[in-house]
Amino acid sequence: MKHLDPSEMSCPFAAARQETGIGKMDDQNDPVTILLRLKDVRKTAHNWKTFQSEATPGRIVIPSEVNIRETRQIPFEIDPPRHGEYRSLVEAWFKRPLEEDYTSKLTTQIEMAIDEALKNSSLEAVTEMALPIQSRALTLLLNTPYEEAETWISWGTHVFRSEGEALDANKANVLYDYIDRELDKSAKNPGEDLYSVLLNSDFEGRKLNKEEAEGVMVLTFAGGRDTVINALTNSIAYFAEHPESLERIRKEPEITGKTVEELIRYFSPLTQMGRVVTEDTSVCDEDIKADTRVSLCWASANRDESVFENANEVVIDRKINPHVGFGFSHHKCLGATHARQIMKVFIKVLSKKVERIEILDHKDNIEELGEFKRKIGFHSLKVKLHSKLS
Amino acid sequence: MAKITFITSDDEKITVEAESGSVMELAVENNIQGIDGDCGGVCSCATCHVHVLPEFVEKTGEASEIEKDMLELDDNADEYSRLSCQIDISPTLDGLVLKVAN
Repeated sequence: MKHLDPSEMSCPFAAARQETGIGKMDDQNDPVTILLRLKDVRKTAHNWKTFQSEATPGRIVIPSEVNIRETRQIPFEIDPPRHGEYRSLVEAWFKRPLEEDYTSKLTTQIEMAIDEALKNSSLEAVTEMALPIQSRALTLLLNTPYEEAETWISWGTHVFRSEGEALDANKANVLYDYIDRELDKSAKNPGEDLYSVLLNSDFEGRKLNKEEAEGVMVLTFAGGRDTVINALTNSIAYFAEHPESLERIRKEPEITGKTVEELIRYFSPLTQMGRVVTEDTSVCDEDIKADTRVSLCWASANRDESVFENANEVVIDRKINPHVGFGFSHHKCLGATHARQIMKVFIKVLSKKVERIEILDHKDNIEELGEFKRKIGFHSLKVKLHSKLS
Repeated sequence: MAKITFITSDDEKITVEAESGSVMELAVENNIQGIDGDCGGVCSCATCHVHVLPEFVEKTGEASEIEKDMLELDDNADEYSRLSCQIDISPTLDGLVLKVAN
């Protein structure tokens, strides 16, 4: 049995965060100043006038997607005040995961996935567990037929990336063409799915147009794909190494919400998000020029030892946890309610049905960010689940 | 038991009561408009922002440093702001009136 070395989860930004508060990386000749401290990250996220999201579509994403897409993701790449107008169109829809019926369907999906996993002598948790759970849960968020998930599963773990390649325009086109077709279908035969709801939304005295609806749909697909998969897979590895935590949740299910927040803090499924600087400014004594990029490094901010006690430990009932795993301020994650619900249900079902998890093999997924190398999750994680009843 | 009154942004007054838990949990259980409590009460989301009426500040106490840091960047924040997930319900809060910030 191959154990994960806990040091692999250490924070690569720690020294730079303490010394200067910033890091540097190049990204396709569009360099990035990485902001590493929680307070700086939060202040910068809040200041949308100087640090904008409404730049060339794809530029605030790191690695930049400028060369692979033109569609503006909405409301993600729009700043206030229009950001709020767009967001208010979809906010109630994205809170549906709190409804009883939604949670009950999600629970059924996840119970099926774990029951299936328990039947196997071993399974690869990224593609055989996390990806199917993420894709099937997305049918609930979109309110589309359950069977649609099979198509999304066939796309692999990142809708814009192929194995071994950072960015893949062909793969992005698969998603765009798919969304295009689905929007056309909904325009002809409106239903009760998110596509139809968007196309029927009133915005500034008119209906939302197809390009705008596409912007929301691309965000929904892309934003919740590898992030949710990494959150689930890292959690499986964590509980494999910490059966006592699974046992504690069995006995005290009321702490599950806190556990979810802590795992999101610790694993930070999205390492960072960029902003384009609109005027010459400075952060942490570093001059930053207009039309360059900064990044809000959620992963580093979430390990800021000046804020979090025992920042490098998972404390599953951490009571004060001001993490920025779902971003901060205007642009905080629209899909957070859905993601939190997936994690909550997953952990509850896991604790009920699984006694322990054995890691048989793993291949880490390491991001290279200039001088920093950060483990974001796994390329593969082969595990065996042992049933609670056996 | 503590009776707590929420005044929403629509000026609706709702009085509810509880023995324990946090004020945010009480608000969410009673569907108080403007209090979401997305993070479940760990001081991460700032979706449970309330203004304590000045005469009750002594009862609720002051915000902690971490809470103040969160509130500092909220455009609606003032000296009476609290994150209601950080206010524990106890009999001393009986009669408390809070204005929901959002």
